[in-house]
Amino acid sequence: MVAQIGSGVIGGLQYLGSLAELGGRAAYYTFIAPFHGKPVRLQRAVSQALDVGVRALPILSLITFFIGLILALQSAYELKKFGAISYVAGAVAISMSRELGPLITAIVVIGRSGSAFAAEIGTMKVTEEIDALETMAINPIHFLVTPKFLAMIVMLPCLTIWANSMGIMGGALFGVGQADFTFARYIQSSVDALFLRDIVSGLVKSVMFGVTITAVGCHEGLATGAGPEQVGRSTTRAVVMSIFLVVLVDLIFTALFFFVSD
Amino acid sequence: MARMEKSMVDEHDDNLSPEAMISLRDLRVSYGDREILHGVSFDVMRGETMVILGGSGSGKSTLLRTLVGLEKPSSGKIILRGKDLSVATVEEMDDIRRKLGMSFQGSALFGSMTVGENVALPLREHTKLEDSTIEIMLRLKLEQVGLAGFEDYKPSELSGGMKKRAAVARALAMDPEILFFDEPSAGLDPIIAAGIDQLILELKRAFRMTIIVVTHELASAFLIADRMVLIDKGNVVAIGTVDEMRNSTQPRLRQFLDRVAEPEVAREMDYLQMLTKQSGRNRGAAAKRSV
Repeated sequence: MVAQIGSGVIGGLQYLGSLAELGGRAAYYTFIAPFHGKPVRLQRAVSQALDVGVRALPILSLITFFIGLILALQSAYELKKFGAISYVAGAVAISMSRELGPLITAIVVIGRSGSAFAAEIGTMKVTEEIDALETMAINPIHFLVTPKFLAMIVMLPCLTIWANSMGIMGGALFGVGQADFTFARYIQSSVDALFLRDIVSGLVKSVMFGVTITAVGCHEGLATGAGPEQVGRSTTRAVVMSIFLVVLVDLIFTALFFFVSD
Repeated sequence: MARMEKSMVDEHDDNLSPEAMISLRDLRVSYGDREILHGVSFDVMRGETMVILGGSGSGKSTLLRTLVGLEKPSSGKIILRGKDLSVATVEEMDDIRRKLGMSFQGSALFGSMTVGENVALPLREHTKLEDSTIEIMLRLKLEQVGLAGFEDYKPSELSGGMKKRAAVARALAMDPEILFFDEPSAGLDPIIAAGIDQLILELKRAFRMTIIVVTHELASAFLIADRMVLIDKGNVVAIGTVDEMRNSTQPRLRQFLDRVAEPEVAREMDYLQMLTKQSGRNRGAAAKRSV
């Protein structure tokens, strides 16, 4: 029993270690190597950014709009009892910016892009394309992972800002329809309730989520075994592990902000 | 510096041939606890075509992967162009790899790029050539493999034989000194496979390249090879010129060349046991045995 727990912990730490190594190498190729004559493939990064960011906008908008509306309904249920329904705007704005905006964005991106990274790299592993890169003296991490890494850490904060605004719009629908707000007054109340640190803490988290999602997706892809059925397995693992680790990173950073902000 | 290292290698390995492009000395490769290659030693001379023969699971693909640096040997030496791969740093390895070309069994073309982008990729990555120069070189390489005009096709739009040719063009892009082929005729019909054999012969004639081919297709092997080596259960069983191999009486080689069936192995455990037992017995003796 103890041995099982021990090997589980060691396995988990090894996994985190290999993610950190991959993330570290991707960060090196993104921020340091360009100054040593190894430029980032901007064209690939831009096309990844389009995929990760722009194409996720419709579904992300819809989901976060609904989440904002749900938040407004749920908080109004309780606030109504105290005659404080006008606080709905602040409640929605703060919970979107601090928590749900970054988290929902990360989950949508995991479903769309984290899984796609694992599937793409996994297929390349199975069809020997990764081996081909290595025999051509092209580093697979520099070639494949770095553009994805760059696209993620740029696009996730952008998507998060968008998600926050869409959430507030969802809340506004309730506010205008049920709580006697005008649209302008609802937005004004939201802005008044928000501090810069609420937004910044959400954006810092979203960058960390981006790093996590890229590292897990690419790691699972590169760890794909032989045979096409392994690609499906890697993709599933990438999604499950990413969701778990994003929540874990969320917890760590929320706790950090909680203690630091005092 | 490179010359000094070369001479150092030569001093330590007394029986290295100066003509050898690749020298293997007691090469052992393991996956985890299982040893796949049990001490392989042979030389490949400059400009010769060496065919590595062997059945499924014989370790011939592992040998090829080790030669191009995709697997690390657990012990022994691979001296390639005077440099020992088993102790090379990442940078040294990359330098060596730029002089190698590899055509993979499944072609391994990048599906998201066109044929032209695939072939141009090593040039764009490793040289500072102008786009127009790369364009000319690309056309030249595609012409060499008989694929002129196909640069804008996606790999998925090509037939099996054409994919193989495109993969050869990509392997040729950096004008390699050594060209490796993994099962060049696997999955191709006899006519297309004969075309690939002809392509290999042309490359050999035109560029006097050192070519290493892993295959179990006997007809193709006898057509393209200068010398052959038979790998069986991770050991070198026989090595020699085409005629020497054809006339050899070495039992395992005869069985392979005469296509004599082996009794079916029923259980996985038996198979693993057979592998480890035979490898232990053959180790050493078989490695040095030549025809």
